[in-house]
Amino acid sequence: MTTPTTLAPPRTRETAAPLLAVRDLVKHFPIKHGVFGRVTGQVRAVDGVSFDVAPGETLALVGESGCGKSTTGRAVLRLIEATSGSVAFDGQDVLALGARDLRALRRQMQIVFQDPFSSLNPRMTIGAIVREGLTIHHLAEGAAADARVRQLLEEVGLRPEYASRYPHEFSGGQRQRVGIARALSVEPKFIVCDEPVSALDVSVQAQVVNLLQDLQRDRGLAYLFIAHDLSVVEHIADRVAVMYLGRIVELAGVDALYTHPIMPYTQALLSAVPAPEPGVKRERILLTGDVPSPANPPSGCVFHPRCQHPAKDAACSAIVPPLEEKAPGHWAACIKQPPSSVTWDEQRAAGGTKPPEFFLPRAALHRAAQASTSHPPSA
Amino acid sequence: MTEPLLELDDLRTYFYTDTGVARAVDGVSFRVNAGETVGIVGESGCGKSVTALSILRLVRPPGRIEPGSHIRFEGTDLMALDEHEMQKIRGNRIAMVFQEPMTALNPVFTIGDQIAEVARIHAGMSRREAWAKAVEMLTLVGMPAAAQRAGEYPHQLSGGMRQRVVIAMALVMNPALVIADEPTTALDVTIQAQILELMADLTRRLGTSVLLITHDLGVVAENCARVIVMYAGEVVEEATTATLFDAAHHPYTEGLLGAMPRVGGDAERLATIPGTVPPPTAWPTGCRFHDRCPYAWDRCAREHPPLYQIGGGHVSRCHLAEEPERRAHPHPPVAAELGAA
Repeated sequence: MTTPTTLAPPRTRETAAPLLAVRDLVKHFPIKHGVFGRVTGQVRAVDGVSFDVAPGETLALVGESGCGKSTTGRAVLRLIEATSGSVAFDGQDVLALGARDLRALRRQMQIVFQDPFSSLNPRMTIGAIVREGLTIHHLAEGAAADARVRQLLEEVGLRPEYASRYPHEFSGGQRQRVGIARALSVEPKFIVCDEPVSALDVSVQAQVVNLLQDLQRDRGLAYLFIAHDLSVVEHIADRVAVMYLGRIVELAGVDALYTHPIMPYTQALLSAVPAPEPGVKRERILLTGDVPSPANPPSGCVFHPRCQHPAKDAACSAIVPPLEEKAPGHWAACIKQPPSSVTWDEQRAAGGTKPPEFFLPRAALHRAAQASTSHPPSA
Repeated sequence: MTEPLLELDDLRTYFYTDTGVARAVDGVSFRVNAGETVGIVGESGCGKSVTALSILRLVRPPGRIEPGSHIRFEGTDLMALDEHEMQKIRGNRIAMVFQEPMTALNPVFTIGDQIAEVARIHAGMSRREAWAKAVEMLTLVGMPAAAQRAGEYPHQLSGGMRQRVVIAMALVMNPALVIADEPTTALDVTIQAQILELMADLTRRLGTSVLLITHDLGVVAENCARVIVMYAGEVVEEATTATLFDAAHHPYTEGLLGAMPRVGGDAERLATIPGTVPPPTAWPTGCRFHDRCPYAWDRCAREHPPLYQIGGGHVSRCHLAEEPERRAHPHPPVAAELGAA
C-alpha cells in the first residue's frame, strides 16, 4: 500500500522551527478472526498523516467520528504505537525512544482527555491526582509538592482546599479543570487536547476554553486541539487540519479554511454546522450516505463516493490526491482544484467553479464579522 | 384563538430521593400549537428531559408528577387517563425520538419487526400489512434498499441510519406530536444536518408538531419558530426564535448566547456564566439564577420572580422587567467569588 506522500511537508510559518513534526504517520489496527487470531484485514485508522505544530500554536484536528483524529493524537504521544512514520518533538525522534527517554519526554508532552469522568481515578483525591506527575518526575516532594498542587489548582480556577476531595464531588467542568491541572503539573510545552470540552454544557465549555487560552498565553503552550465542534475550533485554533478516513484532506489557517475551503468535504462539513443566527437560510451541501469503513476505504480519493464536486470523474477514484499547497499556507488534497496561482475570486470571475460561498452563509458571516472588526464604524 | 395541541399547566415532577426531594420540573407551563416546532433549550439538569418524559407519563418512582399538574393534549387531560388509555396515546398520537438510537432500539429484533410492531399494536394490522408499512416507512426516511434493510438488526446500521429507523418508528402512526429529545446530539455534524433536514421535511409534509429538546442554540435557530429556555426546573424565558436571539431578556439566556462561540468572533474571550446549575434538591431561594447573575440585587435573593410579559409572546422570569435600569450596572456574580465551576 502506498500512502500519499506530501510534496513538501505542510509547514507552519516560514520562520518558526516546528515544535512537533509528524510525517507520514500510519496506524493500522489488525482485524483478527477465528481462534488463532488470524489477521484478515487492517483498519486504516490513520493512513499517512503529516503536519507541524509550532511553539505556542494551536493546531486543531477536526473531523467526524472514526476519521482517526484521536488515534493520531495518541500515536503522537506514543500512548499507542504507530505502525510507521515519524514524529519529531523538539528535534527528538519520539517513535525511536526507549522507555526511560520516553518517560523523560512525557514531561514535555501531556494530554487532556475528553471524558472528565473516566479520566480521573475515583479512589484518588484530586490533590493526589495532580501530585502524581510531580512525584514521578521528581519535580517536588513533601511540603513543596503540596504548595505546588495548591498553586496549580488555583491556576485552573479551583479552590486549593479542594485538594483533599475526591473526583465524584465535582461537576464535569471542575473535573476537566483537574485534568488540566494534572497536565500542567509537569510544565509541558505541548498538550494534546482530545475533545476537552465536548462533554461539557455550553456555559461551562466557555469557561474551559477561556482557561485553555489563558494558559496558552501565559505559558506559551502549543496545543494539538482535537475536536468535532467547528465553532469551538474556529474560536481557539490558529490553523486547522481536516481529517477524513485517516487522512488530512485540508490544512490551512483558520480564517482561510472557514472563508475559502477548497476541499469539497470541508465545504460540506462547514455548511452542515447550524448557524446560531435565525433567519440565515443556508444552502446546505447534504452529503449522502455515511463515512465508508476504514477497513475498506474507497480507492483514489477516499471522499469520492460522497463528493459533489461538479468536475468529479473517473480520475477521482483512481488517483490518490496528494496534499498540495493550493494557496500560500493552504493545503488541500483534491485533484479537481487548481493549484495556488488561481484564487477563489479569479475562479469565480472566470465562472469556472461554483463558489463555495454559495453554500456557505457561514463564510459570509465570518467575513462580515472580520470587516466590522477591522473597520470600526465612525461614530 | 384555536385550541393548542398540547398545553402544560403548572407541571411539577419531583423525585423523592435519599438526599431530599429533587424538584426536577417545578411549575412549567407552555403550549404547543398544531403544526408548530417549538424548541426547549437549557443545560444538563435544567429539567428539559424530565418535562418530555412527564408529558408521556413515563416518570418512574421515586419520581412522581405532583397533583395539580395539568397536561392537556388534543382536549384530553392526560393526567386523568389510566395506564391503558395512556398507552393508546403513546406511539400513536404522541411519539418520542430519543438521543441515543442504539438504546432506543431492541438489539435482538430486526428493524422491520420493530417498526411493524408499532403498526400491529396501534393499528391492528396483520403481520404482512405491518411489514409492508415498515418498508414504506423506511423508504420515507431515506433508507436505501429499504426492503432488504428491514431484515437487518440495529447493530448492522450506522448511527445516522439507526436514528432514521427511530424516526420511522415514531412516524408510523402519523402522530400529532413528536417529542425529540436531543435527536442529533450523538451524531456527527454532517449526519445531524441530514437528520434535521429529514425531520423538518417529514413533519412539514405530515403537519406534525415537534417539541425539540436540545442544548444546541444553532439547532434551535435553524429549526424552531419559538423557543422555551429552561433553568433549574422552570421556564425562564419564552419568545419567538428571532426575538430570543436579537433581544434576549433573561440574563441566563443572555449568558447562554454569549458563551457560544460565534461566527467570526475573533480572538476575544467567550462570555461565561460563573458557577454551575445548582442541584435540584436545593434550588436557591428567590430567583434561582441570582447567584450566577451579573445584575442580581437584594430583591433577587428574596423574591421569586414571576414570568413577566416583555412583549407579544415574549415572557421572562426576571425582575429586570420591572427595574430595567439595573441592567446598566453589571457586577461579578456571587458564584464567581466562590471559585468557578
